[in-house]
Amino acid sequence: MHDAGAACFLHVAISAMGTAMSAIAFPSPDPAILARRDEIVVGLAALVPPECLITSVDERRVYETDALTAYRRLPLAVVLPRSTEETSKVMAWLHNQGVKVVPRGAGTSLSGGAIPQEDAVVIGVSKMARILDIDYADRIARVQAGVTNLGISDAVMADGFFYAPDPSSQLACTIAGNIGMNSGGAHCLKYGVTTNNVLGVKMVLMDGTVVDIGGDWLDASGYDLLGLVIGSEGQLGIVTEATVRLLRKAEGARPVLFGFETSESAAACVADIIGHGIIPVAMEFMDKLAIEICEAFAHAGYPLDAGALLIVEVEGSDDEMEAQLQKIVAIAQKHGVKTVRESQSALEAALIWKGRKSAFGATGRVADYICMDGTVPTSQLVRVLNETYRIVESYGLRVANVFHAGDGNMHPLIMYNVNDPAEQEKAEKAGEDILRLCVDVGGCLTGEHGVGIEKRDLMTHQFTAADLAQQMRVRAAFDRDWLLNPAKVFPLEGRAA
Amino acid sequence: MILSPTTESDIVAAISDARAKRTSLAIQGGGTRKNLGRPAQAERTLSLAAMDGIVFYEPAEMVFCARAGTPVATIEKMLAERGQMLPFEPMDHRRLYGGAGAPTIGAVAACNISGPRRISHGAARDSLIGLKLVNGAGESIKTGGRVMKNVTGLDLVKLSSGAFGALGVLTEATFKALPRPETSATLIIRNLDDSRAIAALSQALGSPFEVSGAAHLPAGAGAPEARTLLRVENFKSSVDYRLGELRKLVGGDIVLADDETRALWRDIGDCAMFAAPDDRAVWRISTAPSRGPDLVRLVQKGGAVAHFFDWGGGLIWLAVDAADDAREKDVRAATAACGGHATLVRAPDELRARIDVFQPLPEPMMKLSRAIKTSFDPDGILNPGRMYAGV
Ligand SMILES: Cc1cc2nc3c(=O)[nH]c(=O)nc-3n(C[C@H](O)[C@H](O)[C@H](O)COP(=O)(O)OP(=O)(O)OC[C@H]3O[C@@H](n4cnc5c(N)ncnc54)[C@H](O)[C@@H]3O)c2cc1C
Repeated sequence: MHDAGAACFLHVAISAMGTAMSAIAFPSPDPAILARRDEIVVGLAALVPPECLITSVDERRVYETDALTAYRRLPLAVVLPRSTEETSKVMAWLHNQGVKVVPRGAGTSLSGGAIPQEDAVVIGVSKMARILDIDYADRIARVQAGVTNLGISDAVMADGFFYAPDPSSQLACTIAGNIGMNSGGAHCLKYGVTTNNVLGVKMVLMDGTVVDIGGDWLDASGYDLLGLVIGSEGQLGIVTEATVRLLRKAEGARPVLFGFETSESAAACVADIIGHGIIPVAMEFMDKLAIEICEAFAHAGYPLDAGALLIVEVEGSDDEMEAQLQKIVAIAQKHGVKTVRESQSALEAALIWKGRKSAFGATGRVADYICMDGTVPTSQLVRVLNETYRIVESYGLRVANVFHAGDGNMHPLIMYNVNDPAEQEKAEKAGEDILRLCVDVGGCLTGEHGVGIEKRDLMTHQFTAADLAQQMRVRAAFDRDWLLNPAKVFPLEGRAA
Repeated sequence: MILSPTTESDIVAAISDARAKRTSLAIQGGGTRKNLGRPAQAERTLSLAAMDGIVFYEPAEMVFCARAGTPVATIEKMLAERGQMLPFEPMDHRRLYGGAGAPTIGAVAACNISGPRRISHGAARDSLIGLKLVNGAGESIKTGGRVMKNVTGLDLVKLSSGAFGALGVLTEATFKALPRPETSATLIIRNLDDSRAIAALSQALGSPFEVSGAAHLPAGAGAPEARTLLRVENFKSSVDYRLGELRKLVGGDIVLADDETRALWRDIGDCAMFAAPDDRAVWRISTAPSRGPDLVRLVQKGGAVAHFFDWGGGLIWLAVDAADDAREKDVRAATAACGGHATLVRAPDELRARIDVFQPLPEPMMKLSRAIKTSFDPDGILNPGRMYAGV
């Protein structure tokens, strides 16, 4: 079962976190639905076999939160359909009954996107986890939505192909969740995020209608519903299948470590590399605290004496990598780079990425944290980074920064003690200040983790009432009664449609 | 009547006036694409041509924002001066339609206009990162922004791109640019039939050599012999290396240098092969590359057509006799059999008013489309019927 896998994978992060937080509001559950719980469970039991329906408190607990573990709500029941048809039957019935639905992949959302509510049924895709078709001539894979992100790449790796978006959670997270959040990853600088790599989805609307959006060709006719669905955080329908693009792996790839004296010079170097029109496959940033934490965890050989580190990956033939690297090194030297270390073997390269990809888990071993996800224009990196330190320090807290620098997608990890309510409030306040700043310098609240419940109430800082009302009307075009994942994305106050 | 707003408030005024008078508005940029889609069914035309100018260009971030009426040529020149380009190579429809206007960036965004580099660098919608628009209720709406990674709220940028102006009057578009490659070259394999050609293109696209153009021109499409074309773009030594590797993989004996490569792919992207005679109807079909040759064969069963392939075989251009409804029945049946979607890009107004121009959608998708249309444009005054009757 996927959630078991996810729980295991996330063990480090979760166990360090507590349960005390309560700042984010949940809508109060509908008492009429709560009163009908038994009846609803009986109704569901008539639609799916027992192994697809979870009703006991103990088993429901597995689903009560996602990777925003400080918040949790026990769902009314959990259904794990085995097919699109089964999903459709269940959705149609719940729609008739007026029961809310929270779609779920592996539950690794960092923004609370998959957190249930007491009057909602969770519909999980973990029993739909097969790869249906792989076609190298057309370079596509058709998969059920519960397949893991890494599961796709693993299936085609031996033949030299891969699925490009690579969230650090890729071992656990599902393509369904990736579509829900329009997830990214380290290599998205060159290859784009989920929305640039999915060609089609099969989706069940709230009333049970099944729609095929896109297909195995490019650019479907009509409004771009595919572009709308990707990143819609489970508010438009339940995705049961997807057709994704496969890419051929480069001839070679080489991550290179660049150690700098200060965060400032590393961030300035990032902006300068992009400014020179050089786009490496990946360009990841770690500050001193992040280096210490990740090195202690992964022993990747990160330079502990550096104030900040860039992992820059180049790819291609040996000559192509060499040529690009030369240019990058020359720029880094202008910014006073102290150490430049190329990985000497595949093993070393893998370790370098392991250190980066386990950054969140490793931080979770050290302290409780909340992870911000704002994006800023690369020209603003230095300023926002400096301000981030200042803001977090002004609340008396510590912050580690580890993020996708090439596209300006910052992940300050604000550390605090979850058992100290005052400190927790400070951490959340500091996070809000940082996100407001990201918006103010021309960026946005979230680059890849989604709004979920976490950033819902900051939406008014980025959007006007008219902007939000337009989005909500579009949302309502799919789900007039707001039954699908309704507590997410849009501020609870002032919902128009 | 043609309205030429110069500010957003002019647009808002035009919309409220149209609402009050219960008339509709045809939206246009330079007017070079007015034949794309069903003929306008509007009393007034709202021309964005005077709403032009660059709002900002940050070469170091490779991002620019332009007002909707800014000519594409102005933008391409601005980018070229800093060694950058539009990644998606927008098609210039004047080669097919004629006409003297200037294509605008707003129309590129609204109609999601891409070219050969679509296969490697995405469509216009993939580089479009922010929009400002005025919806049919006269409200100014902002969506997206100026950063590439942005998942804040619903992606109305993508929804609006490819909606052909039916959801809102775009006033500003923000795009990501890319560095212009130092040089380019094209490898030509001669005399392959369609199936072998598409197989070769697939093999090349499935290689690590970063092919950025993959087309097949059968005999008669621009030359007496069939040509299968692969483009690579990068710095010189890399281009040479990749050409060598591709040759080992799929053969090929002629290499076109940078200048010729640019001209050739411009022609392919603009469908120049079917420019004349201009009384032929032209279809554009997107399908899975491996099924491209079958799709063409199915259409050919009903009578001769001229064709060529771009996008590794996944984009089929067909030129047919405009009589007999431009062979709509054959094209739709073949597309249904093979999967994909077909758009009647060039045909007389009378025909485009009578038959579907875009791929007909199944009813549940039409229902969603109508609801979305209403959510932006409650009175249905913006480009009504341009894509489908009723949306
Ligand atoms: C340690 C760690 C590292 C991470 N690193 C990254 C990273 O590098 N990049 C990144 O982008 N994210 C990252 N994430 C966040 C998270 O992994 C992604 O958001 C991921 O895509 C969620 O996938 P999931 O299967 O766990 O989905 P869930 O968490 O179960 O759900 C995510 C959202 O999608 C919706 N959803 C789920 N299934 C469906 C469906 N079938 N149909 C419609 N909607 C659905 C849910 O309702 C929810 O809103 C990280 C998380 C952790 C814990």
